[in-house]
Amino acid sequence: MSRYEAVIGLEVHVELKTETKLFCGCSTEFGQAPNTQVCPVCLGLPGSTGVLNKKVVELAARAGLALNCKIGAYTWFDRKNYYYPDLPKGFQISQVFRPIAYQGYLDIEVDGRDKRINITRAHIEEDPGKLVHSSGSIMTSSSSFVDYNRSGMPLIEIVSEPELRSGAEAKAYLEKLKAILEYTGVSDVKMEQGSLRCDANVSVRPAGTAALGTKTEIKNMNSFRAVQRAIEYEVDRQIDVLEDGDRVVQETRAWDENKGITMSMRSKENPDYRCFIEQEVSPIELSDEWIEDLRVTIPELPDARRKRLVAEHGLPAYDAGVITSSLSLAEFFDATLEKFPDAKKISNWIMGELLRLLNARGMELGESKITPAGLASLLKLIEKGSISNKIGKEVFEAMFQEGKEPAQIVKEKGLSQISDEGQLTQIIAEVIDKNPKSVADFQSGKEQAIGFLVGQVMKATRGQANPGVVNAMLREKLAE
Amino acid sequence: MRLHTLPVHRLGELMERKEFSSEELVRNYLEHISRVEDEIKALVTVTEEAALAQARAVDEKRARGEEISPLAGIPMAITDNICTEGVKTTCASRMLYNFVPPYDADAAARLKRAGAVLMGKCSMDEFSIGPAEEKSGFFSARNPFAPEAAPGGPSGGAAAVAAGEAAFTLGSDTAGSLRRPAAFCGVIGFKPTYGRVSRYGLISYASSLDQIGPFTRDMTDLALVLNIICGRDAKDSTSAAVAVPDFNKSLINDVKGLKIGLPKEYLAGAEPGVAARVREAAGKLEELGAVCEEVSMPHTAYALPAHYIISSAEASSNLARYDGVRYGLRVDAGDVLGMFSKTRSRGFGEEVKTLIMLGTYVLGAANYNDYYVKALQARTLVRQDFDRAFEKFDCLITPASPAIAHRKGKETADPLAARLSKTCSVPVNLAGVPALSLPFGMVEGLPVGLQFITRHFGEEILLRVGYTLQQNTDQTRLKPGLAC
Repeated sequence: MSRYEAVIGLEVHVELKTETKLFCGCSTEFGQAPNTQVCPVCLGLPGSTGVLNKKVVELAARAGLALNCKIGAYTWFDRKNYYYPDLPKGFQISQVFRPIAYQGYLDIEVDGRDKRINITRAHIEEDPGKLVHSSGSIMTSSSSFVDYNRSGMPLIEIVSEPELRSGAEAKAYLEKLKAILEYTGVSDVKMEQGSLRCDANVSVRPAGTAALGTKTEIKNMNSFRAVQRAIEYEVDRQIDVLEDGDRVVQETRAWDENKGITMSMRSKENPDYRCFIEQEVSPIELSDEWIEDLRVTIPELPDARRKRLVAEHGLPAYDAGVITSSLSLAEFFDATLEKFPDAKKISNWIMGELLRLLNARGMELGESKITPAGLASLLKLIEKGSISNKIGKEVFEAMFQEGKEPAQIVKEKGLSQISDEGQLTQIIAEVIDKNPKSVADFQSGKEQAIGFLVGQVMKATRGQANPGVVNAMLREKLAE
Repeated sequence: MRLHTLPVHRLGELMERKEFSSEELVRNYLEHISRVEDEIKALVTVTEEAALAQARAVDEKRARGEEISPLAGIPMAITDNICTEGVKTTCASRMLYNFVPPYDADAAARLKRAGAVLMGKCSMDEFSIGPAEEKSGFFSARNPFAPEAAPGGPSGGAAAVAAGEAAFTLGSDTAGSLRRPAAFCGVIGFKPTYGRVSRYGLISYASSLDQIGPFTRDMTDLALVLNIICGRDAKDSTSAAVAVPDFNKSLINDVKGLKIGLPKEYLAGAEPGVAARVREAAGKLEELGAVCEEVSMPHTAYALPAHYIISSAEASSNLARYDGVRYGLRVDAGDVLGMFSKTRSRGFGEEVKTLIMLGTYVLGAANYNDYYVKALQARTLVRQDFDRAFEKFDCLITPASPAIAHRKGKETADPLAARLSKTCSVPVNLAGVPALSLPFGMVEGLPVGLQFITRHFGEEILLRVGYTLQQNTDQTRLKPGLAC
């Protein structure tokens, strides 16, 4: 048991799934040519004034409700003043004094132990633009460009209480948060597209004490796994510093994925953002009725869905947890189940073949061509004995890539199982001729020799023969 | 015919009767501008070609018998902090010396749609900041009544109307820049209720105080212009969804039974000559059937410091966007921070830098509660003074400025005096209420301006009182002595 305890809080920025930006009508589509989704408002041109996007308020309140937060009936925007080339107005419009959502929580499970993590607040703010450096890195570039497509995109920043105690807990928190935001339709939560970004505040203190140690803020983590590794590294580093009798320096540190270490970026002396109320945007007033109407539209969340899969379909808790970790997987499962009523078989295929292929190719479920109807048809073919389980995996991969019907793939590739005795008689005769020793062994009572002979027939038919039929025919022949 | 001294509604009638075309009118104005502009310096940009093209388009419309607005074909000018598509909009600052907006301010667009002809852009103090129009990064306008007197406040818009360079102009008012220059130049200036005219396209100085409004030659013109520029704009969150009346119908020559308050705190600080004219106007209104009474506005003294803190705080943030990255002046340096700092050091003038420093100070975490929060509280008290007064009175009468136009250079020498000269105008911005600045005679050869103030969205009362005074005295129409 370590003599130290880690204290970790996460700040998660999530891009909201809206068609248009926070204060103007520009498109929020990802991956367009630089500076093509801009207007006077999101470029901060002199004289431009913005108008709040109603959808943003709805999505932010949805997120708040799904995270068990209280929703502020009267909140407003504030300005955070600082200079940076990607910040077109010289200030960021955010909610500093009154966040739209506050005092919530989410539950995580680590090593079979349940834990509740409190959420301090979730507030709305605008994204700045993005710097593009001429040679890739700011340190080595002689010039930089600014892409303002991202400027004014709507974000919510979700701040947890410093109640996480390990990198594993942080990862579990992020996975749960991602699932909830996906379930509620608040965000695409794609870390690789920057629609979910996470900074971690990390400190350590002697186990059993209450006072907080000096914290560092860790940035530049591009996956949940990276968050976990970075926190684990940083906790060890801080413990080493303390063990050496030194003091932890309050600073911002960057995670270096390749080297697996955090490095000092800049000292953090609590910058004075000179925050004050934004006067150019109206405050947000939400009636109790509006909030309650929104509350009833919050769908079943991951925890409830997991419990339902266990209770209603008898899935093991582990399977249910994996399937409900993402809304798309859970919906895929439900849709398949409607057409093929064996939950455990479906779960095996999702957790086996589907996730294996998705992970291997780094794809999202939506990017593959597999459909619930397709998987159900495949499972029926296997159940009928038209193809073997092994051939089924081959067919599945083809469906995943090409999206054809399994029956068509089986037909095109000639994969259908041979159960016709006429087709098998000749092959069985040849196998018996070529393997006199095994035949003799079987006939002298060595039961297991039949397995070898079946295997030889399967080999000769490239796996297509129906092993049950082959087994029966062999026994009949050898008994003659 | 001396067309450049006629009010808008007269010009409209004459064009309707085919006495002259809009093109002829615009040419007449252009000639007049070339005669007087060297002396007045009210226009930083003259858009001659575009003006003639716009005028011809109106003439064609009129020839086809199409229905046209009362402002169609009328020469106007717009202050240089209000965006005009394709026409340089500089805020009289080196920082924006080359800025050409890709869009029109909502008010400018409404006037354009009504067919008003843009003659050019009016000079002003840099970013509207500064006690007198002597701080401009470019040049300062002169008072047509006396070249050695500054026009007062940041708008060459008043000087342009007085000197006949435009039949009406559009300006903005954060601390009195529509009302004080109007008073000094003997024209009408009008600050509508905050939210009555869209702020979209008005380059922000202090967002919670800034308001667009017109300078005109008489009350009838004022109604015509307000009818066009007022109204809800979906692009500006602060523009109000309040129905706009037909202001022509507010031009009623009758004040019988109206209750008018004379706030004693406003009169106490005024020069004796100015206070006398205000009392004289009140007497005239009583003669015409209004009831005038003294009233106390006890928190008036807090208005100026509160306004100063709030406006500097907002300005320090609003002016942060001028960093050399995207438009306007850029002074290169070895790195980004150096570029920011050099650009801002060279781009802004002294008065602007002073305000930015003050605003940065009052918003600092250590000072926020002692300054900014206190100022907001004082603002509430000032607003409550007005609320209480309007429970009893239909409107208030005060000086538009406690003094007549000062001699050039005097305010620069005495910055405190310059700020005190805004005592009558800033409470109105803090409260967001509408106010009319109406000429009323002269003192020492320089015009005096009355200020009428009323409740939010109560503009009609101001038009009625102003119109009645205009119709019953000869004090509201003043002619400048300069060769205009």
